[in-house]
Amino acid sequence: MSSRFRVRLLLFGAGAMMPGACDREEHHSRAKPVGETVPGGESPDTIFPGTSSAPPLDARAKLYDNNANAIAMGQTLYTQMNCVGCHSHGGGGMGPPLMDDEWRYGGRIDQIATTIAEGRPNGMPAWRGKLTEHQIWDLAAYVRSLSGLPSKDAVSSRTESMSTGTPQTLTPHGDIKNSDTAQQ
Amino acid sequence: MARVSGVFLIAGAMAMSCALSACKRSPNSFTSGPTVLAPLGGGAHALPPAAAAPADDGNWTMPGKNYAATRFSALNQITPANVGKLALAFTFSTGTNKGFEAPPLVVNGTMYVITPFPNYLYALDLTKPGAPTKWMFKPKPAAASQGVACCDVVNRGAVYDNGRIFFNTLDGQTFAVDANSGQMVWRTQLGNIQRGETITMAPLVADGKVLVGNSGGEMGVRGWIAALDEGSGKLLWKAYNTGPDKEVLLGSRFHPFYAMDQGKDLGVKSWPPDAWKIGGATTWGWLSYDPETHLVYYGTSNPGPWNPDQRPGDNKWSSGVFARDIGTGQAVWFYQSSPHDLFDHDDVNEIILADIPWGKGRRPVLFRPGRNGFFYVIDRRNGQVLSATPYGYINSYKGVDLRTGRIIPAPDKEPKPGRVTRDICPASPGAKDWNPAAFSPVTGLVYIAHINLCQDEGHSEANYISGTPYVGADVKMYAGPGGNRGVFTAWDPIRRRPVFEIKEDLPLWSPALATGGNVVFYGTMDGWFKAIDARNGKLLWKFKAGSGIIGQPISYKGPDGRQYIAVICGVGGWAGAIVSANMDPSDPTGALGFVNAVKDLPLKTTAGGILYVFALPR
Repeated sequence: MSSRFRVRLLLFGAGAMMPGACDREEHHSRAKPVGETVPGGESPDTIFPGTSSAPPLDARAKLYDNNANAIAMGQTLYTQMNCVGCHSHGGGGMGPPLMDDEWRYGGRIDQIATTIAEGRPNGMPAWRGKLTEHQIWDLAAYVRSLSGLPSKDAVSSRTESMSTGTPQTLTPHGDIKNSDTAQQ
Repeated sequence: MARVSGVFLIAGAMAMSCALSACKRSPNSFTSGPTVLAPLGGGAHALPPAAAAPADDGNWTMPGKNYAATRFSALNQITPANVGKLALAFTFSTGTNKGFEAPPLVVNGTMYVITPFPNYLYALDLTKPGAPTKWMFKPKPAAASQGVACCDVVNRGAVYDNGRIFFNTLDGQTFAVDANSGQMVWRTQLGNIQRGETITMAPLVADGKVLVGNSGGEMGVRGWIAALDEGSGKLLWKAYNTGPDKEVLLGSRFHPFYAMDQGKDLGVKSWPPDAWKIGGATTWGWLSYDPETHLVYYGTSNPGPWNPDQRPGDNKWSSGVFARDIGTGQAVWFYQSSPHDLFDHDDVNEIILADIPWGKGRRPVLFRPGRNGFFYVIDRRNGQVLSATPYGYINSYKGVDLRTGRIIPAPDKEPKPGRVTRDICPASPGAKDWNPAAFSPVTGLVYIAHINLCQDEGHSEANYISGTPYVGADVKMYAGPGGNRGVFTAWDPIRRRPVFEIKEDLPLWSPALATGGNVVFYGTMDGWFKAIDARNGKLLWKFKAGSGIIGQPISYKGPDGRQYIAVICGVGGWAGAIVSANMDPSDPTGALGFVNAVKDLPLKTTAGGILYVFALPR
């Protein structure tokens, strides 16, 4: 075992013990109802005059982001609601790719939720009223996971249907540039 | 420790997949010189009917060159002997960077260029040095239409007739613009993007009518073709390609040749209940017209969804060819080349009108290099298939039964629920997709720029939600046997065999142009524009364009009397969307599975949209 590998293993072990990682399977079936207005995320990434920073991350983000249950629910919806028809399994098609690190309208989970709810002018449909807020946030969690931003232990190694692609856990990603303004 | 071995496994798998892809994709190793397979036949050969292909006046007024869709220019100043000296005359940047499939048009000293979305229309003055812009027209299509266009936001061309330019916009409108002033004469909204309808095809203008059809076979639309009055844009007739006979315009004149296409309301009965309402069968490809019989010919697209288990039945009138009376829209015959399509094998490819030697006389036929890999020769009076011969590699069909007209699928290649079916050839874009072949009456050969791809395919149940994709298939394409992804074939339609073949590394998505000087032109997706000898395929000249070429080359006589060759580069379309839409190559299923076959394209070309015009030095 090379010394470099040993260091990685140590880091991995340390990561597993970090408090955030323990939330990955948390279900929120009995959580407080989320607010009625979907656009939690200011978007797109833009200039907010008169302030020195972007608005804070929507409080609901921590319930969904990097959460294995939300990602799995979102993955099911991604196929059922035909997201896969336009964006493929993240590589893009009629719609832009979701697995790279370029986000036209912001890569924060609340910004992604807003994009799903409100649509975007170059062809993204608006799903407000067609999906519940829970579903929109679940979808946002899955979409964000396609980019490789969440940790790999939260994503599913299985696909929803007969697929010719690779499981998400094996999808190669280049160096991800984190465009998440909340974490910069 | 389980986690540690997992890490090793992942690393190992990645290294292996890289090694494999390296073996498959060494640069350009698959591009070859021509392989001559048969001598050029002597004696009588096929000729286009004179009424549909009149004498060449040096203009280029419609994408197919004429109603017979020969894509043949009789101009013969450029020959195999002098084409090596062909040089740039002028260029023009179109200001767009999406897939450029349209040809320029040339009418009496003015060139017209229609771009992909946002569908700008330019008029360039060929009588002045550098061809300055005379006017520009912006139709301003709805931006949201980009989200329901299945395979890049392309436009396949405009048409000139009687002082006007006619074209369609991505958001489902047809425009007539005055060719001199650039002022709009009329516009008609035909498609509805809320239902997933777009229009990408080039209209056909004949008999005082503008014929237009919809796109959206991947969006659960219902296919149709419409005829507008050329003067006013008013709807004259509209025929659906699915549904009850009265809406498909099947009446007393309708006499399909084969029993499988005969019966009442097959457009309803050959589908599960109501599935015909969202069954695709669109009209996004090419139309031809026979002025002698007043019949217009066009093919219909794949049925929707791609997942065939959701639509048991023959799915009339998808994946077939219609002959209709242009005056009334009433159908005269129909032939379904792929009943119950299994692989997205649309039948919208070009329809070349020809008269072939038959006994002591000639027989009026259609030449069709089909998506399913068969070259069809069909009697254009009644729809009888005279021959169906493979011109590409096929393992998903065993052949075409000429007695019943029915194609015979290979059972082991039929996609089944719960499994991924491997090594289906040809892949969904077929042995050839939209890019039309050219037919030279000088050599009697059909010049086919096409592809050599196979695929793996798995299915899931597609949910219909209007305005979103209705596909239910997970596809991954790759190079077919031999490793070359493109092929250029010179096909002898009488002897039913290739005369020569040129292997191309990348898929060929550009049509061919044949000329009277026996020089044939085509482009490659890495931007080479090539001239070959029409008789043996020998490479005579090539030019590297700024972006990959998927556009339709043309030839015209300039105001100075010289022969010019023009082509517009701009990689994109289904095959090039990985570049024009900046897709991520790590998902093999991207762009309905095409991404996997062209992962190397982003390193070989970049997006653009530039017109190049060539001539011999004075």
